[in-house]
Amino acid sequence: MHTDAEFHHHHRHASGSRHPQGRHLLSVEHLSVGFKMYDPAAPYFQAQKVDAPVIKDLTLSVHEGEMLALVGASGSGKTLLADAIMGLFEPNARVTGAMWFEGQRCDAADLARLRGHGISLVPQSVNNLDPLMRVGEQVVGACGRGRAGRERRRQRVERMRELFRAYGLAAEVERMYPHELSGGMARRVLLICAIMDDPRLIVADEPTPGLDMDLAIHALDDLRSFADGGGGVLLITHDLELALSVADRVAVFRDGTVVEETACSSFAAPELLAHPFSRALWHAMPEHGFSAVDEEGRE
Amino acid sequence: MVVMRSVARGVARFALLMLAVSFLTFLLVGSSPIDPVQANVGQAAYASMSPDRREQLAERWDADTPVVERYLSWLGDAVQGDLGESLRFNEPVVEVVGERFASSALLLAASWVIAGAVGLVLGVASGALRDSWLDRLVRGYCYVLSATPTFWLALIALMVFAVYLGWFPLGFSVPIGSTGAVPLTTRLYHMVLPALVLSLTGIANVALHTREKTIDVLGSDYVRFARSRGEGLRSIVFRHGLRNLVFPALTLQFSQVSEIVGGSILVEQVFSYPGLGQAAVTAGLGGDAPLLVGIALATAALVFLGNALANLLYGAVDPRLGSRVREEVR
Repeated sequence: MHTDAEFHHHHRHASGSRHPQGRHLLSVEHLSVGFKMYDPAAPYFQAQKVDAPVIKDLTLSVHEGEMLALVGASGSGKTLLADAIMGLFEPNARVTGAMWFEGQRCDAADLARLRGHGISLVPQSVNNLDPLMRVGEQVVGACGRGRAGRERRRQRVERMRELFRAYGLAAEVERMYPHELSGGMARRVLLICAIMDDPRLIVADEPTPGLDMDLAIHALDDLRSFADGGGGVLLITHDLELALSVADRVAVFRDGTVVEETACSSFAAPELLAHPFSRALWHAMPEHGFSAVDEEGRE
Repeated sequence: MVVMRSVARGVARFALLMLAVSFLTFLLVGSSPIDPVQANVGQAAYASMSPDRREQLAERWDADTPVVERYLSWLGDAVQGDLGESLRFNEPVVEVVGERFASSALLLAASWVIAGAVGLVLGVASGALRDSWLDRLVRGYCYVLSATPTFWLALIALMVFAVYLGWFPLGFSVPIGSTGAVPLTTRLYHMVLPALVLSLTGIANVALHTREKTIDVLGSDYVRFARSRGEGLRSIVFRHGLRNLVFPALTLQFSQVSEIVGGSILVEQVFSYPGLGQAAVTAGLGGDAPLLVGIALATAALVFLGNALANLLYGAVDPRLGSRVREEVR
């Protein structure tokens, strides 16, 4: 057993971080994702194929029953990490490193099998729903054909209706098309899509775009209660303040890698933070005076 | 209200289109170097003709009247429903066009359906299996056919299947010399080769466009989400792909009407198939302005109808458009 703030596996624990059966729920080790592409800097006809790395040597872990927030600037490749965990790679992607889920080392095929069967994604916006398919049909998802398919469909429709009631969605929503959903309804529908499959890990990719702080925290309550129920949540966000208010731990993402993975409580004081960039982030927070401090701590 | 207004707008557009097409056709026939009298009487007969006779014929063919004047007098009759007489066929234009259209209709419809159906299947398959051997094959086929002139393709088809192999007749819509009723099977048998040739280039066009659209749909956020939920390619293509391809496919299919009509002119000429396309060639080469205008109007109306139908179908099928219209009505 580890003590609360002990440093191991590149990260510092929060008070709730536990390792049942001596393992992490998800652990990503030394992950690098790059793309083989024509050198954008070279003149058009002389461009050679180069490896453009986006994620470099990234390591992080999610424990059971906790929410880890990956915090980094918009457009810095965070979504690519979500894709990598879901095993969704572009054909020209080069991926190296190791991923472990529930103590099993996973290759691309394992990750593909885990999609919707252990790991579920909660995407950003209503654009992730098919614009021409009724919401109910999408939440239920593909069920296969034949007698078994019909039985599975019946069960999933029932489950969907339960979840709609539990999350306060009217029964009519089932018959709506995505463009008829309000922002709040869309967010709950996307979450229900994930919960339908009883995942053990939810990867939430910027699930609160355009919401103000109070609404956003409220929106994340559902993810929080999923974590409190024993599941793991990897929350990908650009909003450190929001992350600190709902997550257990924070992984600070910068230039394609995690520079520090630590408990939210470490953000109480800059001395508790190990990496200069984390400390710079701390100084930039509103309650610490928005000050722009460089990484050596000079103002 | 909204419906009334859009119908009125459609009718106005249609009238303008007809006006423009008829005027342009007259202008083109008028500036054509072909002397209609010479072209229709034949070189030998023309040479041995008395000047009086020539004069008489020129008058009948309206050869000396300025184009604009001819157009205005035609227009005056046309708005009363009289599209004039075909000089070549000695029959009212409406009758010639009707007869020829009836003979072409089945050929056009068959090519249109084949091009749409086969093109859609090939396009979806090669888009979904991008960069596979199937995709390469389909793409290669499409590029080659898009670059091939239709009449040349028709000639090759005639040489191979009608002359060397003898599987199909050499031309015409019925056996040579036959009179009276011809069984439908015989007509269909005569139609196979022209219909296939006419649809071949259409297939390439539809397949390439559908392939691009399929790739777009498969790269969309909602397909990424469906994949993240564990749906396989097959399920994604059938559940999300086809659904979202309906609208681009409809647009494409109806815009294909004009391609098919255009292509039929060349194909019917090569196969001596007595349809609208062949009549257009006859009218054009013979300086038969009334008939050419009649054919141009008929085909333009056909293409207009196709596009109008596509728009109507959109409103009926797309839930997004439907609710927008409903909101406007409210």
